[in-house]
Amino acid sequence: MSVIEQAIVWLNDPLNWTNPGGVLDRLGEHLILSAAAVALGCLVAWPIGLWLGHTGRAGGLVVLVANVTLAIPTLALLTILPLTFLGFGRPSVIVALAVFALPPLLANAYTGVRQADPEARDAARGMGLSGWQVLRQVELPLAVPYLAAGFRTAAVQVVATAALASFVNGGGLGQIIRAGFGLDIAAGGGQILAGGVLVAALAMLVEVVLALVERAVTPRAVRAARRGANRRAADAVAGG
Amino acid sequence: MSFRLSYRADPGNPWFSWQYLRDNSDTLVAALRDHASLTARAVLIAALIAVPLAVVAYWFRPLAGPILAFTGVLYTIPSLALFAFIAPYLGIGTVTVLTVVVLYALLVIVRNTVAGLTQVPPEVREAAEGMGYGRWGRLFRIELPLALPGILTGLRLATVSTVALVTVGVVVGRGGLGQVIFAGFQNNFYKAQIMAGTLLCVLLALVLDLILAGLGRLLTPWLTRRSS
Repeated sequence: MSVIEQAIVWLNDPLNWTNPGGVLDRLGEHLILSAAAVALGCLVAWPIGLWLGHTGRAGGLVVLVANVTLAIPTLALLTILPLTFLGFGRPSVIVALAVFALPPLLANAYTGVRQADPEARDAARGMGLSGWQVLRQVELPLAVPYLAAGFRTAAVQVVATAALASFVNGGGLGQIIRAGFGLDIAAGGGQILAGGVLVAALAMLVEVVLALVERAVTPRAVRAARRGANRRAADAVAGG
Repeated sequence: MSFRLSYRADPGNPWFSWQYLRDNSDTLVAALRDHASLTARAVLIAALIAVPLAVVAYWFRPLAGPILAFTGVLYTIPSLALFAFIAPYLGIGTVTVLTVVVLYALLVIVRNTVAGLTQVPPEVREAAEGMGYGRWGRLFRIELPLALPGILTGLRLATVSTVALVTVGVVVGRGGLGQVIFAGFQNNFYKAQIMAGTLLCVLLALVLDLILAGLGRLLTPWLTRRSS
Protein backbone atom coordinates (compact mmCIF):
# COMPACT_ATOMS: atom_id res chain seq x y z
CA MET A 1 0.00 0.00 0.00
CA SER A 2 1.52 3.33 -1.02
CA VAL A 3 1.90 6.19 1.41
CA ILE A 4 -0.88 8.12 -0.28
CA GLU A 5 -3.29 5.20 0.09
CA GLN A 6 -2.29 4.88 3.74
CA ALA A 7 -3.00 8.59 4.23
CA ILE A 8 -6.44 8.25 2.62
CA VAL A 9 -7.23 5.27 4.83
CA TRP A 10 -6.11 7.22 7.89
CA LEU A 11 -8.25 10.22 6.98
CA ASN A 12 -11.27 7.94 6.34
CA ASP A 13 -11.16 6.35 9.77
CA PRO A 14 -13.81 8.21 11.81
CA LEU A 15 -12.06 7.33 15.06
CA ASN A 16 -9.01 9.30 13.96
CA TRP A 17 -11.28 12.33 13.88
CA THR A 18 -13.41 11.87 16.99
CA ASN A 19 -11.00 10.17 19.42
CA PRO A 20 -9.57 12.26 22.25
CA GLY A 21 -6.51 13.82 20.64
CA GLY A 22 -8.06 13.20 17.22
CA VAL A 23 -8.30 15.65 14.34
CA LEU A 24 -11.26 17.60 15.77
CA ASP A 25 -9.57 18.09 19.15
CA ARG A 26 -6.31 19.13 17.50
CA LEU A 27 -8.08 21.45 15.08
CA GLY A 28 -9.80 23.17 18.01
CA GLU A 29 -6.49 23.60 19.83
CA HIS A 30 -4.83 24.87 16.67
CA LEU A 31 -7.52 27.50 16.13
CA ILE A 32 -7.54 28.63 19.77
CA LEU A 33 -3.75 28.97 19.88
CA SER A 34 -3.67 30.84 16.56
CA ALA A 35 -6.56 33.16 17.34
CA ALA A 36 -5.12 34.08 20.74
CA ALA A 37 -1.67 34.68 19.26
CA VAL A 38 -2.96 36.89 16.44
CA ALA A 39 -5.16 38.83 18.88
CA LEU A 40 -2.21 39.39 21.21
CA GLY A 41 -0.05 40.44 18.25
CA CYS A 42 -2.66 42.96 17.09
CA LEU A 43 -3.06 44.34 20.60
CA VAL A 44 0.67 45.04 20.81
CA ALA A 45 1.62 45.87 17.22
CA TRP A 46 -1.27 47.98 15.96
CA PRO A 47 -1.18 50.78 18.57
CA ILE A 48 2.62 51.01 18.27
CA GLY A 49 2.61 50.82 14.45
CA LEU A 50 -0.18 53.39 14.10
CA TRP A 51 1.46 55.77 16.54
CA LEU A 52 4.91 55.45 14.94
CA GLY A 53 3.32 56.01 11.52
CA HIS A 54 1.44 59.05 12.84
CA THR A 55 4.56 60.68 14.27
CA GLY A 56 6.64 59.48 11.30
CA ARG A 57 9.45 58.44 13.60
CA ALA A 58 11.33 55.20 14.10
CA GLY A 59 10.72 53.68 10.69
CA GLY A 60 14.07 51.96 11.24
CA LEU A 61 12.68 50.29 14.37
CA VAL A 62 9.97 48.59 12.31
CA VAL A 63 12.57 47.16 9.93
CA LEU A 64 14.77 46.12 12.85
CA VAL A 65 11.94 44.18 14.52
CA ALA A 66 11.23 42.42 11.22
CA ASN A 67 14.87 41.43 10.71
CA VAL A 68 15.49 40.28 14.27
CA THR A 69 12.39 38.07 14.43
CA LEU A 70 13.41 36.59 11.09
CA ALA A 71 16.65 35.34 12.63
CA ILE A 72 15.15 33.82 15.80
CA PRO A 73 14.29 30.15 15.32
CA THR A 74 10.70 29.32 16.26
CA LEU A 75 11.97 26.24 18.06
CA ALA A 76 14.14 28.42 20.32
CA LEU A 77 11.25 30.64 21.43
CA LEU A 78 8.96 27.66 21.94
CA THR A 79 11.50 25.97 24.20
CA ILE A 80 12.71 29.09 26.03
CA LEU A 81 9.40 30.73 26.95
CA PRO A 82 7.96 27.82 28.99
CA LEU A 83 11.02 28.08 31.26
CA THR A 84 10.36 31.75 32.05
CA PHE A 85 7.65 33.16 34.30
CA LEU A 86 5.05 32.23 31.65
CA GLY A 87 5.32 28.58 32.64
CA PHE A 88 4.38 25.48 30.71
CA GLY A 89 1.16 25.36 28.74
CA ARG A 90 -0.79 27.60 26.44
CA PRO A 91 0.35 31.09 27.51
CA SER A 92 3.98 30.47 26.54
CA VAL A 93 3.03 28.94 23.18
CA ILE A 94 0.69 31.85 22.44
CA VAL A 95 3.35 34.44 23.27
CA ALA A 96 5.91 32.62 21.10
CA LEU A 97 3.51 32.58 18.15
CA ALA A 98 2.53 36.22 18.71
CA VAL A 99 6.18 37.26 18.38
CA PHE A 100 6.15 35.98 14.80
CA ALA A 101 2.91 37.85 14.07
CA LEU A 102 4.47 41.19 15.06
CA PRO A 103 6.53 42.11 11.94
CA PRO A 104 3.74 42.02 9.32
CA LEU A 105 1.26 43.71 11.69
CA LEU A 106 3.72 46.42 12.68
CA ALA A 107 5.05 47.08 9.16
CA ASN A 108 1.60 47.31 7.59
CA ALA A 109 0.17 49.54 10.34
CA TYR A 110 3.17 51.84 9.94
CA THR A 111 2.97 51.93 6.13
CA GLY A 112 -0.81 52.28 6.26
CA VAL A 113 -0.63 55.53 8.21
CA ARG A 114 2.42 56.83 6.33
CA GLN A 115 0.77 56.43 2.93
CA ALA A 116 -2.34 58.41 3.94
CA ASP A 117 -2.77 61.28 1.49
CA PRO A 118 -0.82 64.25 2.91
CA GLU A 119 -3.48 66.58 1.53
CA ALA A 120 -6.19 64.82 3.52
CA ARG A 121 -3.99 65.11 6.59
CA ASP A 122 -3.33 68.81 5.98
CA ALA A 123 -7.01 69.49 5.34
CA ALA A 124 -7.90 67.78 8.63
CA ARG A 125 -5.33 69.87 10.47
CA GLY A 126 -6.60 73.01 8.76
CA MET A 127 -10.08 72.19 10.02
CA GLY A 128 -8.64 72.32 13.53
CA LEU A 129 -8.40 68.63 14.35
CA SER A 130 -5.87 67.69 17.01
CA GLY A 131 -3.14 65.13 16.34
CA TRP A 132 -5.15 62.43 18.07
CA GLN A 133 -8.28 63.30 16.06
CA VAL A 134 -6.33 63.25 12.79
CA LEU A 135 -5.10 59.76 13.65
CA ARG A 136 -8.55 58.49 14.65
CA GLN A 137 -10.73 60.15 12.02
CA VAL A 138 -8.48 60.46 8.97
CA GLU A 139 -5.42 58.23 9.07
CA LEU A 140 -6.95 55.18 10.73
CA PRO A 141 -9.81 54.78 8.21
CA LEU A 142 -7.36 55.24 5.34
CA ALA A 143 -5.07 52.60 6.85
CA VAL A 144 -7.76 49.91 7.17
CA PRO A 145 -6.86 48.07 3.93
CA TYR A 146 -3.23 47.90 5.06
CA LEU A 147 -4.22 46.67 8.51
CA ALA A 148 -6.25 43.95 6.80
CA ALA A 149 -3.30 42.96 4.61
CA GLY A 150 -1.03 42.75 7.65
CA PHE A 151 -3.64 40.78 9.55
CA ARG A 152 -3.86 38.25 6.74
CA THR A 153 -0.09 37.78 6.46
CA ALA A 154 0.23 37.48 10.23
CA ALA A 155 -2.68 35.06 10.60
CA VAL A 156 -1.42 32.73 7.86
CA GLN A 157 2.05 32.79 9.36
CA VAL A 158 0.75 32.05 12.87
CA VAL A 159 -1.44 29.18 11.66
CA ALA A 160 1.60 27.73 9.89
CA THR A 161 3.90 28.23 12.87
CA ALA A 162 1.37 26.83 15.34
CA ALA A 163 2.09 23.41 13.82
CA LEU A 164 5.52 23.64 15.48
CA ALA A 165 3.91 23.92 18.93
CA SER A 166 3.83 20.11 18.81
CA PHE A 167 7.60 20.11 19.49
CA VAL A 168 6.88 21.17 23.06
CA ASN A 169 3.65 19.20 23.27
CA GLY A 170 1.69 22.42 22.89
CA GLY A 171 -1.17 20.84 20.95
CA GLY A 172 -2.50 21.70 17.52
CA LEU A 173 -2.58 19.76 14.27
CA GLY A 174 1.21 19.42 14.22
CA GLN A 175 0.75 16.89 17.00
CA ILE A 176 -0.64 14.41 14.44
CA ILE A 177 2.48 14.73 12.26
CA ARG A 178 4.79 14.40 15.25
CA ALA A 179 2.96 11.30 16.43
CA GLY A 180 3.37 9.85 12.93
CA PHE A 181 7.12 10.47 13.00
CA GLY A 182 7.13 8.81 16.42
CA LEU A 183 5.73 5.64 14.82
CA ASP A 184 8.59 5.58 12.27
CA ILE A 185 8.15 6.30 8.57
CA ALA A 186 7.15 2.78 7.51
CA ALA A 187 4.28 2.54 9.99
CA GLY A 188 3.36 6.21 10.32
CA GLY A 189 3.95 7.47 6.76
CA GLY A 190 0.23 7.65 6.04
CA GLN A 191 -0.48 9.53 9.25
CA ILE A 192 2.42 11.93 8.62
CA LEU A 193 1.11 12.70 5.15
CA ALA A 194 -2.48 13.03 6.38
CA GLY A 195 -1.37 15.45 9.10
CA GLY A 196 0.60 17.45 6.55
CA VAL A 197 -2.44 17.70 4.29
CA LEU A 198 -4.59 18.90 7.21
CA VAL A 199 -2.09 21.55 8.31
CA ALA A 200 -1.50 22.79 4.76
CA ALA A 201 -5.25 22.83 3.99
CA LEU A 202 -5.95 24.90 7.12
CA ALA A 203 -3.24 27.43 6.18
CA MET A 204 -4.58 27.72 2.62
CA LEU A 205 -8.15 28.09 3.90
CA VAL A 206 -7.17 30.90 6.27
CA GLU A 207 -5.27 32.58 3.43
CA VAL A 208 -8.25 32.43 1.06
CA VAL A 209 -10.84 33.53 3.63
CA LEU A 210 -8.74 36.47 4.83
CA ALA A 211 -7.95 37.47 1.23
CA LEU A 212 -11.72 37.80 0.71
CA VAL A 213 -12.04 39.83 3.94
CA GLU A 214 -9.19 42.05 2.81
CA ARG A 215 -10.93 42.60 -0.53
CA ALA A 216 -14.17 43.45 1.21
CA VAL A 217 -12.66 46.18 3.38
CA THR A 218 -10.65 47.72 0.55
CA PRO A 219 -12.50 50.36 -1.50
CA ARG A 220 -12.40 49.52 -5.21
CA ALA A 221 -10.43 52.61 -6.20
CA VAL A 222 -7.75 51.81 -3.65
CA ARG A 223 -7.41 48.17 -4.74
CA ALA A 224 -5.64 48.79 -8.04
CA ALA A 225 -3.39 51.53 -6.72
CA ARG A 226 -2.44 49.53 -3.67
CA ARG A 227 -1.36 46.33 -5.35
CA GLY A 228 2.23 47.50 -5.89
CA ALA A 229 2.63 49.13 -2.49
CA ASN A 230 1.25 46.11 -0.69
CA ARG A 231 3.78 43.84 -2.33
CA ARG A 232 6.58 46.11 -1.17
CA ALA A 233 5.33 46.03 2.41
CA ALA A 234 5.15 42.25 2.23
CA ASP A 235 8.67 42.07 0.81
CA ALA A 236 10.05 43.86 3.82
CA VAL A 237 8.82 41.11 6.10
CA ALA A 238 9.19 38.06 3.87
CA GLY A 239 10.32 35.40 6.31
CA GLY A 240 9.69 31.84 7.44
CA MET B 1 23.51 12.34 13.38
CA SER B 2 23.47 12.19 17.15
CA PHE B 3 25.40 14.50 19.39
CA ARG B 4 27.18 13.47 22.55
CA LEU B 5 26.46 15.93 25.31
CA SER B 6 27.79 16.26 28.80
CA TYR B 7 25.28 17.14 31.50
CA ARG B 8 27.41 18.18 34.43
CA ALA B 9 25.09 21.09 35.03
CA ASP B 10 25.75 24.03 37.28
CA PRO B 11 23.48 23.91 40.27
CA GLY B 12 20.36 26.00 39.82
CA ASN B 13 20.03 25.53 36.05
CA PRO B 14 21.28 28.99 34.95
CA TRP B 15 20.47 30.51 31.52
CA PHE B 16 24.13 30.75 30.66
CA SER B 17 27.05 28.64 31.78
CA TRP B 18 30.70 28.78 30.74
CA GLN B 19 31.13 25.38 32.30
CA TYR B 20 28.61 23.96 29.85
CA LEU B 21 30.24 25.66 26.86
CA ARG B 22 33.70 24.32 27.88
CA ASP B 23 32.50 20.77 28.47
CA ASN B 24 30.57 20.56 25.23
CA SER B 25 32.62 22.70 22.87
CA ASP B 26 33.26 19.74 20.51
CA THR B 27 29.58 18.93 20.19
CA LEU B 28 28.56 22.55 19.79
CA VAL B 29 31.16 23.16 17.09
CA ALA B 30 30.06 20.01 15.26
CA ALA B 31 26.42 21.12 15.40
CA LEU B 32 27.35 24.64 14.30
CA ARG B 33 29.35 23.26 11.36
CA ASP B 34 26.47 20.98 10.40
CA HIS B 35 24.05 23.90 10.56
CA ALA B 36 26.29 26.22 8.54
CA SER B 37 26.92 23.62 5.86
CA LEU B 38 23.21 22.79 5.54
CA THR B 39 22.42 26.50 5.22
CA ALA B 40 25.16 27.16 2.67
CA ARG B 41 24.22 24.20 0.51
CA ALA B 42 20.52 25.08 0.67
CA VAL B 43 20.99 28.72 -0.30
CA LEU B 44 23.38 27.76 -3.11
CA ILE B 45 20.96 25.21 -4.58
CA ALA B 46 18.04 27.61 -4.15
CA ALA B 47 19.95 30.36 -5.95
CA LEU B 48 20.88 28.01 -8.81
CA ILE B 49 17.18 27.23 -9.29
CA ALA B 50 15.67 30.60 -8.45
CA VAL B 51 17.81 32.94 -10.57
CA PRO B 52 17.17 31.06 -13.86
CA LEU B 53 13.47 30.90 -12.90
CA ALA B 54 13.48 34.66 -12.38
CA VAL B 55 15.19 35.18 -15.76
CA VAL B 56 12.51 33.05 -17.42
CA ALA B 57 9.83 35.11 -15.68
CA TYR B 58 11.58 38.28 -16.88
CA TRP B 59 11.96 37.18 -20.50
CA PHE B 60 8.54 35.64 -20.92
CA ARG B 61 6.15 38.00 -19.12
CA PRO B 62 3.12 35.65 -19.32
CA LEU B 63 5.08 33.13 -17.22
CA ALA B 64 5.88 35.65 -14.48
CA GLY B 65 2.45 35.30 -12.84
CA PRO B 66 2.45 31.48 -12.67
CA ILE B 67 6.08 31.30 -11.47
CA LEU B 68 5.50 33.81 -8.66
CA ALA B 69 2.19 32.14 -7.76
CA PHE B 70 3.78 28.69 -7.63
CA THR B 71 6.64 29.77 -5.36
CA GLY B 72 4.10 31.73 -3.31
CA VAL B 73 1.99 28.63 -2.71
CA LEU B 74 5.11 26.69 -1.67
CA TYR B 75 5.80 29.49 0.78
CA THR B 76 2.29 29.35 2.28
CA ILE B 77 2.57 25.64 3.08
CA PRO B 78 3.62 25.37 6.74
CA SER B 79 7.17 24.07 7.15
CA LEU B 80 6.11 21.07 9.23
CA ALA B 81 3.57 20.09 6.55
CA LEU B 82 6.27 20.33 3.90
CA PHE B 83 8.40 17.96 5.98
CA ALA B 84 5.36 15.69 6.24
CA PHE B 85 4.92 15.66 2.45
CA ILE B 86 8.56 14.95 1.69
CA ALA B 87 9.78 12.70 4.51
CA PRO B 88 7.69 9.63 3.54
CA TYR B 89 9.42 9.67 0.13
CA LEU B 90 12.93 10.90 0.81
CA GLY B 91 13.22 9.33 4.24
CA ILE B 92 14.77 10.63 7.43
CA GLY B 93 17.89 12.68 6.91
CA THR B 94 19.80 15.42 5.19
CA VAL B 95 18.12 15.23 1.78
CA THR B 96 14.70 15.88 3.28
CA VAL B 97 15.88 18.88 5.30
CA LEU B 98 17.69 20.34 2.29
CA THR B 99 14.68 19.89 0.01
CA VAL B 100 12.28 21.62 2.40
CA VAL B 101 14.63 24.51 3.08
CA VAL B 102 15.40 25.01 -0.62
CA LEU B 103 11.69 25.09 -1.53
CA TYR B 104 11.19 27.79 1.10
CA ALA B 105 14.12 29.92 -0.03
CA LEU B 106 12.94 29.91 -3.67
CA LEU B 107 10.20 32.52 -3.28
CA VAL B 108 12.33 35.20 -1.64
CA ILE B 109 15.13 34.86 -4.20
CA VAL B 110 12.83 34.66 -7.25
CA ARG B 111 10.81 37.66 -6.14
CA ASN B 112 13.80 39.85 -5.41
CA THR B 113 15.64 38.84 -8.58
CA VAL B 114 12.59 39.64 -10.72
CA ALA B 115 12.31 42.98 -8.92
CA GLY B 116 16.01 43.66 -9.60
CA LEU B 117 15.73 42.74 -13.28
CA THR B 118 12.64 44.85 -13.90
CA GLN B 119 14.36 47.84 -12.33
CA VAL B 120 16.96 47.93 -15.12
CA PRO B 121 16.21 51.23 -16.88
CA PRO B 122 14.75 50.80 -20.38
CA GLU B 123 17.29 53.31 -21.78
CA VAL B 124 20.13 51.06 -20.64
CA ARG B 125 18.47 48.05 -22.22
CA GLU B 126 17.95 49.90 -25.50
CA ALA B 127 21.49 51.23 -25.50
CA ALA B 128 22.82 47.69 -25.04
CA GLU B 129 20.63 46.49 -27.88
CA GLY B 130 21.89 49.30 -30.08
CA MET B 131 25.48 48.31 -29.28
CA GLY B 132 24.74 44.88 -30.71
CA TYR B 133 24.31 42.81 -27.55
CA GLY B 134 22.22 39.69 -28.08
CA ARG B 135 19.73 38.40 -25.55
CA TRP B 136 22.33 36.36 -23.61
CA GLY B 137 25.12 38.90 -23.82
CA ARG B 138 22.78 41.57 -22.55
CA LEU B 139 21.65 39.30 -19.69
CA PHE B 140 25.13 38.45 -18.43
CA ARG B 141 26.91 41.74 -19.18
CA ILE B 142 24.19 44.28 -18.46
CA GLU B 143 21.02 43.08 -16.80
CA LEU B 144 22.24 40.59 -14.18
CA PRO B 145 25.01 42.91 -12.93
CA LEU B 146 22.50 45.74 -12.63
CA ALA B 147 20.08 43.41 -10.83
CA LEU B 148 22.77 42.34 -8.34
CA PRO B 149 21.49 44.51 -5.45
CA GLY B 150 18.08 42.86 -5.76
CA ILE B 151 19.57 39.37 -6.03
CA LEU B 152 21.76 39.98 -2.98
CA THR B 153 18.81 41.26 -0.94
CA GLY B 154 17.01 38.05 -1.83
CA LEU B 155 20.02 35.93 -0.89
CA ARG B 156 20.41 37.70 2.45
CA LEU B 157 16.75 37.29 3.41
CA ALA B 158 16.85 33.68 2.25
CA THR B 159 20.00 32.95 4.26
CA VAL B 160 18.72 34.45 7.49
CA SER B 161 15.38 32.65 7.29
CA THR B 162 17.10 29.41 6.27
CA VAL B 163 19.27 29.46 9.38
CA ALA B 164 16.11 29.70 11.47
CA LEU B 165 14.24 27.10 9.42
CA VAL B 166 16.95 24.42 9.54
CA THR B 167 16.15 23.98 13.24
CA VAL B 168 12.78 22.52 12.27
CA GLY B 169 14.81 19.65 10.79
CA VAL B 170 14.72 18.26 14.33
CA VAL B 171 11.61 16.44 13.19
CA VAL B 172 13.77 14.22 10.96
CA GLY B 173 16.76 14.26 13.27
CA ARG B 174 18.92 16.64 11.23
CA GLY B 175 18.28 20.06 12.69
CA GLY B 176 21.88 21.21 13.21
CA LEU B 177 21.79 23.52 16.22
CA GLY B 178 18.09 22.67 16.52
CA GLN B 179 19.20 19.26 17.80
CA VAL B 180 21.12 20.99 20.58
CA ILE B 181 18.17 23.22 21.51
CA PHE B 182 15.70 20.38 21.44
CA ALA B 183 17.94 17.97 23.36
CA GLY B 184 18.35 20.67 26.02
CA PHE B 185 14.58 20.95 26.32
CA GLN B 186 14.13 17.21 26.61
CA ASN B 187 16.92 16.74 29.15
CA ASN B 188 15.21 18.27 32.15
CA PHE B 189 14.88 21.67 30.50
CA TYR B 190 18.58 22.41 30.60
CA LYS B 191 18.49 26.18 30.10
CA ALA B 192 22.21 26.71 29.44
CA GLN B 193 22.07 24.29 26.51
CA ILE B 194 18.89 25.77 24.99
CA MET B 195 20.38 29.24 25.26
CA ALA B 196 23.73 28.18 23.80
CA GLY B 197 22.01 26.64 20.76
CA THR B 198 19.81 29.69 20.29
CA LEU B 199 22.63 32.21 20.58
CA LEU B 200 24.80 30.26 18.14
CA CYS B 201 21.88 30.17 15.72
CA VAL B 202 21.27 33.91 15.86
CA LEU B 203 25.03 34.59 15.66
CA LEU B 204 25.35 32.34 12.61
CA ALA B 205 22.51 34.21 10.89
CA LEU B 206 24.15 37.54 11.73
CA VAL B 207 27.61 36.48 10.52
CA LEU B 208 26.33 35.00 7.25
CA ASP B 209 24.26 38.14 6.67
CA LEU B 210 27.31 40.36 7.22
CA ILE B 211 29.42 38.19 4.89
CA LEU B 212 26.81 38.50 2.14
CA ALA B 213 26.51 42.25 2.75
CA GLY B 214 30.30 42.57 2.42
CA LEU B 215 30.25 40.46 -0.72
CA GLY B 216 27.57 42.75 -2.10
CA ARG B 217 29.75 45.82 -1.52
CA LEU B 218 32.65 44.14 -3.30
CA LEU B 219 30.51 43.10 -6.25
CA THR B 220 28.75 46.44 -6.69
CA PRO B 221 31.48 49.05 -6.15
CA TRP B 222 29.53 51.63 -8.16
CA LEU B 223 26.83 51.79 -5.48
CA THR B 224 29.22 52.64 -2.64
CA ARG B 225 31.01 55.21 -4.79
CA ARG B 226 27.74 56.90 -5.63
CA SER B 227 26.58 57.17 -2.03
CA SER B 228 29.90 58.42 -0.64
